[in-house]
Amino acid sequence: MSTPVATHERPDAPVRAEAPGCEPPENPVTKFLRTDRLPHIWCAGCGIGTSVNCFARAVDACKIPLDNISVVSGIGCTGRVAGYLRLDSFHTTHGRAIPFATGLKLANPELKVVVYSGDGDLTAIGGNHLIHAGRRNVDLTVICVNNFTYGMTGGQVAPTTPLQAVATTTPYGNLEEPFNLCHLADSAGAVYVARWTTYHVRQLQKSITKALQKHGFSFVEVLSPCPTLYGRRNRVGDGLAMERMFKERCVIKNGAATHDTAFDALASGQIPIGDFVDRDRPAFLQRYNQVMRAQLGDDFVPYGEPEIDTRAEADQFAGPEG
Amino acid sequence: MQADRIGVLTGVHFIDGDFAAAEGAIAAGCRFAAGYPITPSTEVVERLASRFPFVGGLFIQMEDEIASSIAIQGAVWAGAKAITVSSGPGISLMAEHIGYAAMTETPCVFVNVQRGGPSTGLPTLPGQADVMQARWGSHGDYAIIALCPNSPQEAFDLAVTAFNFAERYRSPVMLLLDECIGHMLEKVVIPPADEIEVVPRRLTEKKPGDYLPYLPGDNMVPEMVKAGMGHRFHITGLTHDERGYPVMTAAAQEKLVRRLVDKIRLASRDLALYEARWLDDAEVVVLSYGITSRVVHRAVEVARERGAKVGQLRLKTIWPFPEHLIDQLLGGRVRSIVVPELNLGQLVLEVERTTRGRAKVVPIGHAGGTVHEVGVIVEAILEAAK
Ligand SMILES: Cc1ncc(C[n+]2csc(CCOP(=O)(O)OP(=O)(O)O)c2C)c(N)n1
Ligand code: SF4
Ligand SMILES: [Mg+2]
Repeated sequence: MSTPVATHERPDAPVRAEAPGCEPPENPVTKFLRTDRLPHIWCAGCGIGTSVNCFARAVDACKIPLDNISVVSGIGCTGRVAGYLRLDSFHTTHGRAIPFATGLKLANPELKVVVYSGDGDLTAIGGNHLIHAGRRNVDLTVICVNNFTYGMTGGQVAPTTPLQAVATTTPYGNLEEPFNLCHLADSAGAVYVARWTTYHVRQLQKSITKALQKHGFSFVEVLSPCPTLYGRRNRVGDGLAMERMFKERCVIKNGAATHDTAFDALASGQIPIGDFVDRDRPAFLQRYNQVMRAQLGDDFVPYGEPEIDTRAEADQFAGPEG
Repeated sequence: MQADRIGVLTGVHFIDGDFAAAEGAIAAGCRFAAGYPITPSTEVVERLASRFPFVGGLFIQMEDEIASSIAIQGAVWAGAKAITVSSGPGISLMAEHIGYAAMTETPCVFVNVQRGGPSTGLPTLPGQADVMQARWGSHGDYAIIALCPNSPQEAFDLAVTAFNFAERYRSPVMLLLDECIGHMLEKVVIPPADEIEVVPRRLTEKKPGDYLPYLPGDNMVPEMVKAGMGHRFHITGLTHDERGYPVMTAAAQEKLVRRLVDKIRLASRDLALYEARWLDDAEVVVLSYGITSRVVHRAVEVARERGAKVGQLRLKTIWPFPEHLIDQLLGGRVRSIVVPELNLGQLVLEVERTTRGRAKVVPIGHAGGTVHEVGVIVEAILEAAK
C-alpha cells in the first residue's frame, strides 16, 4: 500500500477557536462522520471525500432515519468510506460488498442498504456480483467512485483505466479498452443509473437522493480525481486540474441511451454525464413474496417487505394450479 | 432456549444426510441460506429452498460460492442465523470469507459435503481430505470449530450443535459431511421442538454509546449486535480495536488475534464431542471420524473376536482437536493408535503431534472414492496389538 496509512490513533482534529458570537453554523455533514476517526487517510485533492459530502447531504435530504441505513464497502481507498460514516457500517472483503449487502438487505428488508466502493472493487474483482445484483434487482444503492485506477494498492490498471493510460502495471500504456460502467449497470437491469463527477456536487447529491429513493438496484458512478496515482502519471495534473477537466469536458445528457455514454478520459472528447436510466420493475423480495404467495397460499410465511400486499398482485404469478 | 416449533418437523423420517443437515439448520433457527450448486452437497440447499417459504426463511442461489459465503455474513449482521453449503471446489472459493467470519466474529455455519479431491476430483464419491482445509483453509492465524457426523441422524443433531457453537463462540463453524453421509438414506428422528436446545443470538442490551462490538465478554466472546439497533457500529476485516476501528499496529494484532485463537482453543474441552467404545481394556485404539468410523465399528468388533484388546474413539468434534482425549487415552495401557481416514494422512498428523511419542501412531491412508475395506483395518489392528 503506497498511500498514507490509517491514522485513527491520532487525537481528534483540533477545533478552531472562533471569536465569541461568531460560531460557525454546524456543518450538516458532521453528524454523519465518526469524528473520532479523523483525520482520514485520503490524499489532498482526492475526490472521495467530496463524494461522501454529497452522499451525507443526500441522506439528509431523504430523511431516512440514520439508524436504518447501513453502508457496505469493499476494499480500497473508497472502501474506507464505511469506516468514516457514523452509520452501521461494514468494511468487507475486496469485491464482495454487493453480495454482503445482498444478505444484509434480504435478512432485514427494513434497512436501507448502500454499497459504497471503488471502480476496481465493484467492476473488476466484484464485476460478477454487480451484474447479478442488477439482474436480480436487489433493493440496493451502489455508489461507485471511479478514479480510473486502483488507488489503495498504488495505481495499477483497472477495468476503467483509459486506453493508453500509464499505470504501474501498464508502464507502456494500457492495452485494454475500459468498461462503460453505466452501460454495464443498465444492461444488467439496474432501475436507476447515473454518472456524475466530484465537480458536479449539486447534481451528484440530487442523483444520490433519487437513487436512495428508488426501490430496486440503483447505480451511481462518480468520476473522481486520484491525483496521487492517476493524475500525476498521466499528466492530468493535481486534483484541481482534474476537476477543471470534468468541468470543461462533461456534457449533461439526462436520459441518454447508455450505449452512447462511453468516453475516453485521457483524450479530449466529451464526457457524457447525467441521470441516464430511471425505470421500475419488481425488486427481488417483492417478487419472492408474490410468487410464494401464489404458489403456496396461506402456508407461505411472508418474508420481510411488510408494506407490500402480496395477495393483491399474486394472480399474475400464479402457477399452473392457479 | 427451545427450538421454534414452526421450523421443527417432529417425527420419524427416512431421509439422507444432506436433507437431515438442512432440517437441523432449520430447527436451530437458521432462516437465511445462500449457496451455489455442487455435488454432493446440492441436496442441502434444495431442501432449504423448498422448506424455507413455510418457515419464514429465504434461500438465494448466488452467482458463486464467494458471493454465497459473504451473503450469509451480511444476513447475520442483519440478525439472521445463516448457512452456506458446498463441497471441495466451492469451499476453496469460500476460503477468504471463512477468515472474514473468524476475524469479524460472525457466527455462521459452513457445510462441506466432502468429495474426492484435489480439484474437481471425484464429484460423486466420498473423501475426507478437506480436514486440514477446514482448519487452515483461510490465510492468517485463526481457530475454528469443525464437526463430523457419521449418520444422517447425526447430520441433523450436529447441524443444531453447529449453530449453537457458532452463537456461543461468535465463530464460523464447519459441518463436515462426506458424500456417503450426505447421500445415505437412514432413519432420522426429529424430536419435539421443546426437546431441541437452541442457543439464541446474544444481542447486547447496552445503550448506544456504551456498546463496543469487540469488547471481550464471557469466555473472551463479545456480545453481538445487528444493523438497525441504533449502535452505528463498524465491522472490518482489518485488525481492529474493541470499537471495531482499524488499528495497524503489532500490539493490536497481538491482542486481537491471540484472543480469536484462544477463545476457541481454550474451549476445546467444552467443544469436544465424541463417542468411545471398549476403551477400558484397550491396548490399541482406533481413532476415526465421519463415514470411516462406521467401517471401523465393524473392524473393531472383528479384531476383538480375534482376541485383540482394541477400543474405538470416534471424534464428532475434530477442531479444535481434543488434545485432552489423547492424554486420557495415554494415561492407561494404550500402546498404539490406529488412524484410518479417507485421505493420505491429515488428522493423523494431529494425533502424532499430541501423542508426543507416548504411543505408536499408525496411519491408514486411503485416497478416497470409496471407504476402507474392513479387513485392512482389522489387519492393522492385529499388527498393532502384537
Ligand atoms: C482478494 C484481494 N485481492 C487484492 C487485494 C488488494 N487490493 C486492495 S484495494 C485494491 C484495488 C482498489 O481499487 P478500487 O476499488 O478502484 O479502489 P480505490 O482505491 O481506487 O478507491 C486491491 C487490488 C485485496 N485486498 N484483496
Ligand atoms: S484514491 Fe488516489 S488520491 Fe484518493 S486517497 Fe487513494 S491514492 Fe490518494
Ligand atoms: Mg479506483
